[in-house]
Amino acid sequence: MGMTMIEKILARSAGVSKVSPGEVVTVDVETAVVIDLNFLPHDWREPKKVWSPDKCVVIFDHIAPASDERSAILHTTGRDFVRNQKIKRFHDVGPDQGIAHQLVADFGYALPGTVLVCVDSHTCSGGAFNCAARGIGGPELIYVLATGKTWFQVGTTVRYEFHGALPPVLNSKDLIIHIANVYGDHATQNVEYAGPGVANMSLNARRTLSTMSAEISAEFATFEADELCQEYLRSRTDRPFEPQFPDPDASYDDVRTIDLSALEPLVAYPDTIVKNGRPVREAAGERVDQAFIGSCANGTLDDLEVAARIVKGRRVDSRVRFIVTPGSQAIYREALRRGYIADLMEAGAVVTASTCGACAGLSAGALAPGERCITASTRNYKGRMGSQEAEIFLASPATVAATALRGTITDPREFI
Amino acid sequence: MKLKGKTWKFGNDINTDLLLPVPVVFMPAEEQAKHVMEANRPGWVQQVRPGDVIVAGRNFGMGSGRPASRAVKGTGIVCVLAESINGLCFRNSVNFGLWAMEVPGVHAAFEEGDIAEVDFEAFTVRNARSKKVLKGRPFPQNLRDILAAGGIIPMLDAQGLLLPKLPPRGAAPRATGR
Ligand code: SF4
Repeated sequence: MGMTMIEKILARSAGVSKVSPGEVVTVDVETAVVIDLNFLPHDWREPKKVWSPDKCVVIFDHIAPASDERSAILHTTGRDFVRNQKIKRFHDVGPDQGIAHQLVADFGYALPGTVLVCVDSHTCSGGAFNCAARGIGGPELIYVLATGKTWFQVGTTVRYEFHGALPPVLNSKDLIIHIANVYGDHATQNVEYAGPGVANMSLNARRTLSTMSAEISAEFATFEADELCQEYLRSRTDRPFEPQFPDPDASYDDVRTIDLSALEPLVAYPDTIVKNGRPVREAAGERVDQAFIGSCANGTLDDLEVAARIVKGRRVDSRVRFIVTPGSQAIYREALRRGYIADLMEAGAVVTASTCGACAGLSAGALAPGERCITASTRNYKGRMGSQEAEIFLASPATVAATALRGTITDPREFI
Repeated sequence: MKLKGKTWKFGNDINTDLLLPVPVVFMPAEEQAKHVMEANRPGWVQQVRPGDVIVAGRNFGMGSGRPASRAVKGTGIVCVLAESINGLCFRNSVNFGLWAMEVPGVHAAFEEGDIAEVDFEAFTVRNARSKKVLKGRPFPQNLRDILAAGGIIPMLDAQGLLLPKLPPRGAAPRATGR
């Protein structure tokens, strides 16, 4: 019996010919991404020697620029580490700043057929590039930095086959809410996204889906590296890679077919996206105090473009704070050049520097008790964006932009 | 490894924002433990006694990579038994030395306060009240070694792979006389 996509990548990284569900395998790590939160004084221990500084990336993203003395110390500790260990791929506060998973995509750090790890749970983002990318927790990352290795328990795999294309204005955010609604969580399972519909998805769209797979508790979420993906990576990195494709006789927990063209805008109600989504038209009228577009899932140029298109020449409702945080400073600059930022700001949006920010209630855009927010970020658990008593609705950037205009949850198709 | 403890019951999908809310992440480790389950079960941490055991439903610890398992361990809890444990949470549990096992049927088999007898060699759980024995999902020796060492940092320290723990840069008093 053959192997699924993720089994192939793990087998290759473990240097064995075959792995099967249930096994625990030790793998070589190709890329280790260290973020500012790794440098928390009570968590951080520096290895005497990083196993391969060349395979290490350091990114300040969760609180960047530093917002207080505490976060400033994370950054000084991180800069010392970069200097001591002679790490070249370093994204400090500055022109190459951005959210880790966005930068991993922008700089071609996630290589097909390899293992990439980072402390953060949305590291699965890199699965859009056929990379076994996942969050591993702080102490484990220190282990990886010291040894270059880690272990994974091989899970079973669910395969999704997409057909058709998403209707205009719909986003992979709508698709993941649909998947979470119909199939629930995927705890202990991997997901493999495939089928002819993938060809109709941009790399940004694929990455939104792989990133959001953390919300259905997938272990790994991967796409094949098609020509589009490989060409993109070749334009950004000289490092070699070997994409891994599933075997035709691989065994799956389930193979599920989804017609992308049949989807409509969805919104997840507060606290989880699992079995908690409804069509936006049914949620219409729900009041919000804040609307947020940003995060590693939906801070891309495509997301800023659709939001700008919706609000251009209109005004954000006076009762709503509309906050926009680009995924990286490079995206921010490009959106400036294209006029999206002006359109957003003229409509009343506050555009912040690229950082995790409101997504985790870390800076600009935190919520008070009793407040309601609609967000295009990744996660809507209780307390995620500030108060435990705030309510967080989760939707696509288009739905968030349309809602910002009206002050109540609104179907974006009304504005396009 | 065998252990025995009084159980506390929780439901499905206990997430990392419940185990360790974001503002708490920045507090010292001892402080973090005081806030575990604060939103869903206020006052619980004060009732936990060292050696107690959590029994939970599906997908325990879903969510982020923050050190939630260390906070749970800090409350005095020594072991988590759940129908299923989120992959990242399981890793963190192993790496922080919090014993954890996936045990199908465990949620229904225990009432809160029952004593659980847990065996990490046979991977079984016995309810001392009902005498019922359940089979857990085994994991290999190398992970048990990390747990037995008290977590991965003590293990790396023992192997001499880490620099000594230094006071955080910037927190040290400034040099005088300049
Ligand atoms: S943007 Fe949000 S989900 Fe993404 S890495 Fe930052 S905090 Fe995590």
